[in-house]
Amino acid sequence: MEGVSLHHLAARIQSQFPEGFIKAKEWRGDLAVTVRREHLHEVCRFLHDDPAMDFDYMVHVSSVDWPDEEERFEVVYEVYSIRKRHRIRVKARVPEHDCEVDSMTDIWRGAEFMEREVFDMMGIRFRQHPDLRRILMPDEYHEGYPLRKDFPVQGKGWRDTFEFLNEGVG
Amino acid sequence: MAKLEDQRSTIYKVDPEHPETDTLPVLRTEELLLNMGPQHPSTHGVLKIILELEGERIVKSTPVMGFLHRGVEKLAEDGTYHQFIPHTDRLDYVCAMYNNFAYCRAVEKLMDMTVPERAEYLRTIVAEIQRIIGHLFWLGTQALDIGAMTVFFYTFRDREILLDWFDELCGARLTTSWYRIGGVERDFTPSLEDKIRRFLDYLPPKIEEYVIFLENNRIWLARTRGVAVISAEDAISFGLSGPTLRGSGVDYDLRKYDSYGAYPKCEFSVPVGKNGDTYDRYWIRIEEMYESIKIIRQCLDQIPKEGPIMADVPSVTLPPKDRVFTNLESMIQQFKLFSEGFDAPPGEIYCGTEAHKGELGFYIVSTGGGKPYRLKIRAPSFIHMGAFDHMARGYMIADAITIFGTYDIVMGECDR
Repeated sequence: MEGVSLHHLAARIQSQFPEGFIKAKEWRGDLAVTVRREHLHEVCRFLHDDPAMDFDYMVHVSSVDWPDEEERFEVVYEVYSIRKRHRIRVKARVPEHDCEVDSMTDIWRGAEFMEREVFDMMGIRFRQHPDLRRILMPDEYHEGYPLRKDFPVQGKGWRDTFEFLNEGVG
Repeated sequence: MAKLEDQRSTIYKVDPEHPETDTLPVLRTEELLLNMGPQHPSTHGVLKIILELEGERIVKSTPVMGFLHRGVEKLAEDGTYHQFIPHTDRLDYVCAMYNNFAYCRAVEKLMDMTVPERAEYLRTIVAEIQRIIGHLFWLGTQALDIGAMTVFFYTFRDREILLDWFDELCGARLTTSWYRIGGVERDFTPSLEDKIRRFLDYLPPKIEEYVIFLENNRIWLARTRGVAVISAEDAISFGLSGPTLRGSGVDYDLRKYDSYGAYPKCEFSVPVGKNGDTYDRYWIRIEEMYESIKIIRQCLDQIPKEGPIMADVPSVTLPPKDRVFTNLESMIQQFKLFSEGFDAPPGEIYCGTEAHKGELGFYIVSTGGGKPYRLKIRAPSFIHMGAFDHMARGYMIADAITIFGTYDIVMGECDR
C-alpha cells in the first residue's frame, strides 16, 4: 500500500495502534484492516467506543482457512455504524497450534451466536466466550470442523452409520 | 379427601421461622425444564428451545439449532458461481427471489458489473412482490400461531395469486432461480404487467381488511402489545435487522442507505416503530406492504419498454437461450460457464441486501478461478435467534411462539 493514501478510518487505527496494525486494503468499496490478533480486542473496543468511529452494529463474524500459510486461519469481523453509516472489516490471523482469539461478546452481544458458529465450523476458540459450544452441528459430533479445507465435502463417514439412511440401499 | 390433604401438604409448607403461623403458607417452587420443539408446528421448521420455567414464566431459554443444517457454505466452495444460485432458493424457501437477488448482487460486486436498466427495474419489481409475499405469509402464520386463524386463509389466498405469477415468470412457485449474475433469466410475459397493475389496486383494501380483523381482536392485541420488547440499544448490539430492528425505532434500511437496484429512483419511506414490541413490528410490516406497492407502481411507470435484460459481459453472463441452440460459439460459451465457471478476480467483498426478514448478506472470498474460495451467508434468522433468550426472559411460555414469529424466522436460512 506504499504511496497510496490510507482510508481515513484505517489511518486512524494505524496511529492509535502502531504495533497492532498490519495492513489496510480497499477493494470494490470495502475497507478491510488486518491487525495482530493480540490487539484485535483492543481495536474492536476502540472501534465501538470512539465517537468518531462509533461502530455499534456487528454485521457478521466469519473465518477463512488458508492451509498453506503459516498462520492458517483468518477471523473476520465486519462492523457497521448505524449513525455514521460507514463500515469496516477487521481481520486477524490465527495459527493452527494456538487457535484462539479474544471473544467480542462483551462489545457486541450479537457476537455470541456468530462466534459460536465460527467455532463450530472452523474450530477457532474464543477466549471469555460465555457459552462456546457447537451450534449447527450436533454436540456429539467428533469428526472435526466442516469448513476447514481438509474436510471432504462428502463428510468423513459419520453419516453412513445412520441406519435409517441406508435402508434399502445395496 | 385424605388424599387431597396429602397433596396440599406437599404444595404448602409451613414457614420454618414461624411454625406457629401457618395462615400464610410459603409456596414450594421448583424450576421446570421444558423442551419446545423440534417438531412444534409453530417453529416454522425444526427448532428446539429448552425453556427453564418458573411456573409459566420463562427464566432462561436456550435455542438448539442445526436440525436443518445442510452445509450450504461448504457446497458453495465446490461449485461455480452460477451453480450456487439454486442453493440460495433453499435458504429462505419462503422468499427465494430475494435470496437470488442478494447473491447475484454480491457476485456482481465481486465482478464489478453493472446490470442493464430494464433488468434493474424487473429485479426491483419482483423483489418487492416477493417482499409482499413474505409479509403476507408472515402475517398469516403469525396470526395463526397466536390464535387468530381467519387472517391466515385470506393472506394465503392473496399470496397464491402472486405465486402463480412467479410460476408464469420462471416456471416455479417457490424455488425460483430467476435472477442471474448480470441480469435476469427471462423477461415478463406480455400479460404480466397488466396483472400486476390490477393487483396493486386490489391489494390495499384487502390489507385494510386484515388490519380490521386483527385490530378488533382483543386476543391479538393482548398477545402483541408489550410482548417481546427490545430496546433500540440492545437491538443494535444484537445485530438485529429488518423490521425487527426498525420496530425498536432504529432507522436502518439498506434499500435507502446503501441503495441498489432501482430503489434510488423510487420514492418511498421507511416505517420505524417506537416501542420495540411485537405490535410495532407487525405495524411496520403492514406499512411496508403499502410502501412496496408504491415502489412497484413507480417502477412500472419508469421501466424502459425495451432493452436488454442481461449485461453484455460474455466472459461472465450466460448467452441468450435461443442462441445456445443455434450458434456454436454460444453453446461453447454456455458449456464453459457451467463446467469451469468464469474467472473471478482475487479479492473479498461483502454485500448486504435488505430482504424482508432483515439484512441478508454474502461475504465472498475469491482467489481467482471459477469457484468461490469461501462463501459466508449472513442470515438474518440466525442472528435474530441470538437475541431470543434476551427477549424471552420474563414472558410466558406461549409468548415464546410470538417471539420467533415476530422474527419471521425460517429455519432453512437459520441453519443453512
